[in-house]
Formats: sequence, structure tokens, C-alpha cells
Amino acid sequence: MPEVRELTYAEALRECLRQLMEEDERVFLIGEDIGVYGGAFGVTAGLIEQFGAERVIDTPISEAGIAGACIGAALTGMRPIGEIQFMDFVTLSMEQLVLQAAKVRFMFGGKASVPMVLRMPGGSGTGAAAQHSESLENWFVHVPGLKVVMPSTPYDAKGLLRAAVLDNNPVIFVEHKLLYKTKGHVPEEPYIVPLSQSKVVREGEHLTVVATSIMVPRALQAAEELAKEGIELEVIDPRTLKPLDDAPIIESVKKTGRALVVHEAVEMGGFGGEIVARIAASEAFDYLEAPIRRLAGLDIPIPYNRELEYHAVPQVESILREARKLVRGEY
Amino acid sequence: MMQLSQDLIQRYHDLIETLGPEALKTMLQEMHTIRAFEERAEQLYMQGKVHGTMHLSIGQEATAVGAANAMQEGDYLLNHHRGHGHCMAWSGDPNRMMAEFMGKETGYCRGRGGSMHIADIDANNLGANGIVAGGIPIAVGVGLSIKMRRTSQVCLVIFGDGAANEGAFHESLNMASIWALPIVFLCENNQYAMSMPVEKAFNIENISQRAAAYGLPGLTVDGNDVLAVYSAVSEAAARARRGEGATLVEAKTYRYKGHSKSDKQAYRSREEVRDWQDKRDPILRFTNLLQLAGVIDAAEATQMREHALAIIDAAVAFSEASPDPNIADIMDGVYA
Ligand SMILES: Cc1ncc(C[n+]2csc(CCOP(=O)(O)OP(=O)(O)O)c2C)c(N)n1
Ligand SMILES: [Mg+2]
Repeated sequence: MPEVRELTYAEALRECLRQLMEEDERVFLIGEDIGVYGGAFGVTAGLIEQFGAERVIDTPISEAGIAGACIGAALTGMRPIGEIQFMDFVTLSMEQLVLQAAKVRFMFGGKASVPMVLRMPGGSGTGAAAQHSESLENWFVHVPGLKVVMPSTPYDAKGLLRAAVLDNNPVIFVEHKLLYKTKGHVPEEPYIVPLSQSKVVREGEHLTVVATSIMVPRALQAAEELAKEGIELEVIDPRTLKPLDDAPIIESVKKTGRALVVHEAVEMGGFGGEIVARIAASEAFDYLEAPIRRLAGLDIPIPYNRELEYHAVPQVESILREARKLVRGEY
Repeated sequence: MMQLSQDLIQRYHDLIETLGPEALKTMLQEMHTIRAFEERAEQLYMQGKVHGTMHLSIGQEATAVGAANAMQEGDYLLNHHRGHGHCMAWSGDPNRMMAEFMGKETGYCRGRGGSMHIADIDANNLGANGIVAGGIPIAVGVGLSIKMRRTSQVCLVIFGDGAANEGAFHESLNMASIWALPIVFLCENNQYAMSMPVEKAFNIENISQRAAAYGLPGLTVDGNDVLAVYSAVSEAAARARRGEGATLVEAKTYRYKGHSKSDKQAYRSREEVRDWQDKRDPILRFTNLLQLAGVIDAAEATQMREHALAIIDAAVAFSEASPDPNIADIMDGVYA
């Protein structure tokens, strides 16, 4: 039997970038410390050696400039892939992304397009405290004209990034710091994981768990534990948050009658609210046997202290606790 | 190696007289304490006792100490991620700083902020910022408030060379200029923003040239010469206090260590680092100057280093004995 080829999430992203750049000279990278440094998390390591400084562009610390440079280049025939070093700093790019990239096509009557991808790592768990641990994906979900992608595995990271770069719209591509070193099967040849296809990553009959990013492996770990107790979770990873493919979620809830949404971002105003609303407004409503619940980040900035940081966002234990309650009717 | 001559004594004669031996010794001691703090911080990190990241300013002590000592009681400080030195020089308590670094409840920010966000609000130290250039516009607000409250305070805001390429820097210098705000903008140019050398990030010789675009005075000083920084910041602060507005001071210095915990430093050579360490080390230079001027002798110089190490040992002991924050208090402090 041939060995299964494994890469880390970071390596999978890098392989995708390399293949895209080899295939299409319009593709280039732009961001802070992505050249000789290889990116703060090493995703672009080695690419400047292969493609040179003209296609792997180190910028000054200017996040509005990075976003704008991507937009302008995309409008005029290039396929830029920008990197924002930590998702937190995208707050400095917001005007360009929200008021320009997202709106250009519509405002100009559908005549222009902005085929760009902006990659950025979100999330806590590294002790980087309140200004380097944000999970702001839902800010973008709220903006018509943007697409939002959030892979949870190396396989999806590679295939979704390719789909994002080939897409003709501005795509916000949210990675997770704690996922970069996780390993999984990744085929060498280029492939696409289509945008806007939610995936059932584990089948089960008792409770539908919709999880994003780092919460997918945590939910799967919880599912393993619960299986020993006879509780079977069905875990769904939306992978693309916007435009959202909600059909598999609704189908699943019709089967299980119970739903829990898990994400790292703060609960209030978070993506979970959207999922809950979609379930409640769908035909799955008639099948519900329990309230639909969310498990998400506390309504606080991410603390520095390791223990506080750990307790600020959902962990395997909290998923276990919440899932048991819902399945046993102890809410 | 260290080319020290009577010229230097001549140049600093007046300043040495005015400051007097006690103040000069305090400055050198502070530089030692900062270095000892950071050396220990790195060690604790390597031992796995600290989780998170840190940015060391080893090699840049003269800028922190020169600037902080040029300010007066009641003035304000805003600084950045590489801020241990600034905080310490701004009367920071090593115990509470170390406790914050170790995430303890007794730290300046109750363990919520960590290395990158140490603030000492009671001492008008409005905190270190994790966002490059994040503190610069806030300085405009502080300057505005000083003006509106008609006090004689001044705001010192310290940021890196990298920050001068954020839009916030440009908006802020302009606002400070048109409103003649009492601010000293101190750009600590340590030659790199992470891996980006200043030669690649700027098309000008000195960052201080940018002041001219906003109608502000700008000057560049040797950031490894504590007295040069002290003089420049003192003058800028005096000017601000006279109601004449803001100044941009650029202090050229060098960071010896990597940008943060995980930096292979592929963007510079070991020789370059060694050159700065051997020829321009701020502590060695100031020590030699003070010895030459007869302010301290060799024994005192050694004692200062030992004293610094003892202060830091005590700070680590204090921190290790301190409690962690209580998980039950996790929701505390979000709102006033
Ligand atoms: C807005 C923003 N962009 C990027 C970063 C990541 N980052 C932190 S420090 C740093 C380099 C800063 O360089 P400089 O301003 O020269 O200060 P130094 O680290 O050299 O002291 C970078 C890129 C950040 N914290 N904030
Ligand atoms: Mg710098």
C-alpha cells in the first residue's frame, strides 16, 4: 500500500501558493516579512528564493496599503495574494476591504472585478494577548461582496486556497495559528475544494455540531469521547462562511433534532447566531427536540495569562459538557 | 575599540555638571537593570516558564533611559511592544513588571496584558501597544487634553522605525502640528522592523526628515548615547512645555536579539550584530564616559551590574510567589 502523503497545514498552504505561482505569472504575494523571514508563521518560507522579490513582495508595515495594493492590482489583471501578519491587524485594512474591494463590482454595474485573496491567521492559544488573538471573521461575513473562507485541515487549506485564488471575488482567507503545525493527508497534485460547500466531517445521529476552524478538531475529539458513552455527534464544518451552504446543516438537524454551534470568536454577534437563525427558520425547526445552543468565546478580550486564555474560548471539555447536556435533555 | 577622548568629556562637560553624579549614576544603573530584566526574561522564556511572546530591547537601553529621564513628574508616556526598557526607566517597579511578564495577579495589568502591554497608569504610563503605531494617534489625544486642561504636562510617545510607515503616524504628526500640541514623538530606529531593514522601507536618509512635511522640527540623534538622547528629548519637551508644539526625535540604535521569540534572523549577519555590540554598546559607552569623567570607578561599575542582577532575582522571587489570576474573575475589567 502506498504511504499516505502528509503535510502540515502551513506546508499545504505553501504548496498551493507555489503551484499557483508556477502556473500563473499573474499570481504574486504581498505582505509584511513574507520574504527572507518566510512570514511570521513560516507559510511563505522559501518562496522568495524560488520566485524572487518581484513576486514575493515585502512591504513596510502598512496594512491599508497592502489591502489597497491587492485591490488595485486585481482590478487591472493581476491575481494578488496578500498576507496580513495577524488577523488583528486587518482592522487597519478595513476601509479598503469593506468600502472598496467589496463594493467595486456592484457600484460599477458589474463591470469590474477584484480577484484577490487576503490570508490572515486568527485565534488565541499562543499567549499573544488581546491585540494578537482576535477572531474577527464575522466582521467580514457581514459585508456583501466579500467571501469568507476558514479551513480546518491541511487538505482543505490547500484546496480552498486554490479555489479562493481562482475565484473572481475578494476572498478573506482565515487561517488559525494553532492549526499551522497540524498534519493531515494532502495530495501533491493541485486540486480544488469548491467554495461554499459545507462538509459533514463525522456522521452521527444524536447531535449536530457545526464548528469552524480550530473548533473542528476539538469537536471531533469530543465526538470520540462521547462515542464511548453512546452519544454520536454529527460534525459539520462550513469551511466557507460566506456565501454559506446551509443545506447540509439543515438536513443534519432534521436527522438529529439537536444542534450546537461552536466557534472561537465571541458569542455575541458571532457566526453562530447566523447558523442558529438559519436552523430556526428552516424546515428543521419541526424536528427540534432541544433548544439550539452556541458555545463560543467569552465576551472579553483574550487575556495573557495562560489559564485565563484557555478558559476564554471553547475547549474539548466545554464541548463535551454542552453536548452531554443537549443530548440528555439537561439544559 | 571604544574611541573615547577628551573631546567627549568636552562635549558633555556642561551636561555632566548640570545633571550631577547622582543622576548620572542612576541613569547607568537603570540601563543595567533593564538589561538584567530582559536577559532574565529571555532565560525564563527558554525555561518554558513563560508562555506567549516577548520583544527584547537589549542594546537599546540608552534610548529608553535618556528619554524617560528627560521628562518630568506628571508627564505622560505611551510606548510600544518593545517596551520593557521604557517602562522601567519611567519609574517602573521591576517586581510588578516581572509579575506581569509571568502572568501573575500582582503584575501591573493583573496578568491580563503580559510583556507587550505593560502599563503603569498611576505613573501616567499609558501603556505599551501591541499594534505598530497604535499609540501615536492616542498621543494626539493626550496632547489635546493637556492643552484643553491647560496644564504644563508633555506627552512622550515612543515607537519604532516600522511605525513611521503606518498612516497613523502621518495623520498624527499633522494634527499635532496644526494644533501645536505638547508631544515629543520619539522614533526608536533600531534599523529593522522585524525583518525589514530601514534602507528598504524608506527612501530617505533619516526618518526625522518626515517632520518637515508636517511643519514640525525633526532631528536625529545617536540612540546609543544616553546623553545625546537625554539632550534631544529635554529640548523637545521644553519646547512643548513652552507651548511651541511637537517635535520628532529619531534615535538611531540597534536591537541585539531577534525580533521576538521565533526569529532566525536570516535578514542580517552575525558580523553586523557583533559590530554594534563591540563598538557601540550603550552601557559600555556610558560606563567609559562616566569613568573618564571621574563620576564612577571600575569597582562601582561592576557593582551596578551586580545590583541589577539582585533586583531582578528579587523580582523573579516576588513573581514566583505571587498568585495566578483567579479563573472566576475572568469576566472582570472589560467595562468601567
Ligand atoms: C499594525 C501592526 N502590523 C504588524 C504588526 C506585527 N509587528 C509587530 S512589531 C513589528 C515590527 C515593528 O518594527 P518597529 O516599529 O521598527 O519596532 P521594533 O520591533 O523594531 O522595535 C511588526 C511587523 C503589529 N504588531 N501591528
Ligand atoms: Mg525597528
